[in-house]
Amino acid sequence: MNAVVHAQAESRHLLSGNEAVARAAWEAGVRVAAAYPGTPATEILENIALYPDIYSEWSVNEKVSVEVAIGASLAGSRALAAMKHVGMNVASDALMTQSLAGVAGGLVIVVADDVGLSSSQNEQDSRYWGRFGHMPVLEPADSQEAYEMVKQAFPLSEEYETPVIVRMTTRVCHVKAMVTFSGERIAHHAPGFQKNPQRWVMTPANAKPRLPLMHERDRMLRTVSERSGLNEVFKGSDRRIGFVTSGPAFMHVRETFPNAPVFKLGFSHPAPLDRIRAFAGDVDTVAVVEETEPLLETELRAAGLNVRGKDVLPRFGELAPSVLRPAIKPLLGEPYEIPARSQSSVFPRPPTMCASCPHLGPYFALSHIRNLNIIGDIGCYTLGAGHPWNALDTCTCMGASLSMAHGMDKGRGESDEKKHIVAVIGDSTFLHMGMQGLLNMIYNRGNVTVLLLDNRSVGMTGGQENPGTGQDLHGLPAPRVDFAKLAEALGVRPERIRMVDPYELPTMVKLVREETKMEEPSIIITNRPCSLTDRFERLKSYEVLEDKCTGCGNCIDLGCPAISVSRRETVTAKSGKTKELVFARIDANTCTGCHMCVETCAPEAIVQPPPATRTIRIHPHD
Amino acid sequence: MTDGITNILVVGIGGQGVMTAAEMLARTALDQGYDVKKTEVAGMAQRGGVVSSHVRFGPKVYSPQIDPGEADLLIGFEAAEGLRWLPYLRPSGVAMVNTLRLTPPIVSAGLYDYPADPIAELASAGIEVHTFDAGAIADELGNSKLVNTIMLGAISDYLPFPSEVLKACIVEGFRAYKPKLAEINAQAFDAGRAAGH
Repeated sequence: MNAVVHAQAESRHLLSGNEAVARAAWEAGVRVAAAYPGTPATEILENIALYPDIYSEWSVNEKVSVEVAIGASLAGSRALAAMKHVGMNVASDALMTQSLAGVAGGLVIVVADDVGLSSSQNEQDSRYWGRFGHMPVLEPADSQEAYEMVKQAFPLSEEYETPVIVRMTTRVCHVKAMVTFSGERIAHHAPGFQKNPQRWVMTPANAKPRLPLMHERDRMLRTVSERSGLNEVFKGSDRRIGFVTSGPAFMHVRETFPNAPVFKLGFSHPAPLDRIRAFAGDVDTVAVVEETEPLLETELRAAGLNVRGKDVLPRFGELAPSVLRPAIKPLLGEPYEIPARSQSSVFPRPPTMCASCPHLGPYFALSHIRNLNIIGDIGCYTLGAGHPWNALDTCTCMGASLSMAHGMDKGRGESDEKKHIVAVIGDSTFLHMGMQGLLNMIYNRGNVTVLLLDNRSVGMTGGQENPGTGQDLHGLPAPRVDFAKLAEALGVRPERIRMVDPYELPTMVKLVREETKMEEPSIIITNRPCSLTDRFERLKSYEVLEDKCTGCGNCIDLGCPAISVSRRETVTAKSGKTKELVFARIDANTCTGCHMCVETCAPEAIVQPPPATRTIRIHPHD
Repeated sequence: MTDGITNILVVGIGGQGVMTAAEMLARTALDQGYDVKKTEVAGMAQRGGVVSSHVRFGPKVYSPQIDPGEADLLIGFEAAEGLRWLPYLRPSGVAMVNTLRLTPPIVSAGLYDYPADPIAELASAGIEVHTFDAGAIADELGNSKLVNTIMLGAISDYLPFPSEVLKACIVEGFRAYKPKLAEINAQAFDAGRAAGH
């Protein structure tokens, strides 16, 4: 167990923002925590799971996780749901109405924005949800603040009967910094569900009277923000520019302009407009520095303050001292030249699939079949869009593959007339939001071939569990969904449900060919585990016999990172045509012995080396 | 090292132990009483992508990121990665780079070229660069996983605290969790330290 779980008050630790949130939830007496994995928020629940006195779960999607937390809150328990920014889109349906109804036990939503898109399909500013859903937003700038703000969020939530959003970014979630614990767990009494249909049953008649109450709550929260210690002015001697900032942007401001006055917003929505106005009166110019949208800037302008911000600062991407300097220095009348540095010309190193990855087989098949439109989804298999497969044509959001494929089938353009439409989705994404698309396709008599790549894990986020793996968040045995039965229950005909070992390339190719030709929905389900999880069994590595390799390059097309080009040779055939031969080698340390490449090799040049002859040395005098 | 802040950039490829090495540096600095921040973007790192870990420590650290041209020390676990991140080093900085070459599939396939001689390019950059084959040292010691400790040993004489402090932090860590590996890591640290001059 993690040492932090048993750490006492006053002890000091080097913790990521995510670890700090987990400790804070424990100290605050949280009884229920739920999440669906997503970078950069995944480790919040993984760490909460280490604390035995919190019920914690991987929910099937973010909406479910928030609803679980809402239910716990209505029972009077303190509850937390954590997600990445796009997860909030999924969860928002529940939250937008619960904000109107309010909460009983403290309800905190931790949402982590992947500013700069290190591992996401878009960039979003989750502070919008506070405005949209009338919820207060707290914005920690580092691990210590994440710890403190999550602790403070619960009493705030209970006093004003509102969900509270704690908005993190990658540079809080994944930065390790010092945290001093101020307490230990305080058990929080859950009074039980207090039945009150007018309050909790959001029919129009019951919801309507809540609207003025919600707006009154906004007004009260603004006064709380005005006097909140989380909103803090740092005095500075150089008053030419005063900064208004929040989250990790504060750190960059302090780093770059250490003598400037700074109004740091921790309780950033509703913003303390009166205090900001007073602050603005003390400086020549106010610059608003925020990641990423000009939310605060727009509100300050609307309040009549003449502020600078996105007119000089970028509207997307991460801020850093190197971003602030060229934007702000000219405002100070100090010309700033970006230092000339030789741009590195080193080749890109994009992420690749792993050795023995069970997705290699399906993508080998897809890249060898013509006339397909391949509609993708969110997961490791999105990498199929890259080299050498080039076999994925779209990726939008969790679960979109099946429904977008269905739409592409129904909206077929003239040039697509003879194309087959394929949807590619993983096990966890299918259960998250994909299976509704399958049901829709069946119901509406669509014609899509679904490739359900079941690797028994949430691969891209680090191999978490889901209802298809047979284990829960704690690694305990859990009921395991039967994908074939599920597909049949949703209406796929049993003949069109094909189970396949993705390592058997000829079968894999044959099945995709066969099923794409069918004029009805079909589903091909693979059955090998992610090679980075404990479920994968590593076998003896293979090697290429150089004298047998003919340079056909078939094994290279597999895209396995253990296989690389050893040499190239251009030969001229009798016909006079030249042809490039590509000879392969296998890195014994990387190869995990899955044998997929053996099936691509006609001359049988890929073999397992014979066991080394064991020499027994006898040292009689030892 | 301006404002008393030390900036160390550790770079390599997912799976090489870059983040573990950065963690050891951060923990040691914390034990020495410094304020510490450590950050990396590693969302897809385990899939063969580039990993860069920033460690900053001093009396008070604000931003977790090291800006280009501001690293005091650059630890490269792979030759081309050392070259890629070289613009992050200050002119007065020190680069410690493993001569290992790891070729990604897109290079192997002929879409891009691996630099012909990254070590020579590093050497001609006009900064203090030390390069050596950490893998060969690890193999001599009989365990290829020692590269990480060897690289830390190599950089240890360029830190603002004594080499022994970092060594003790590493060895104690092993003694607590994998005691059988404590002694061999102590040897690896010393071998790296000798190679880093």
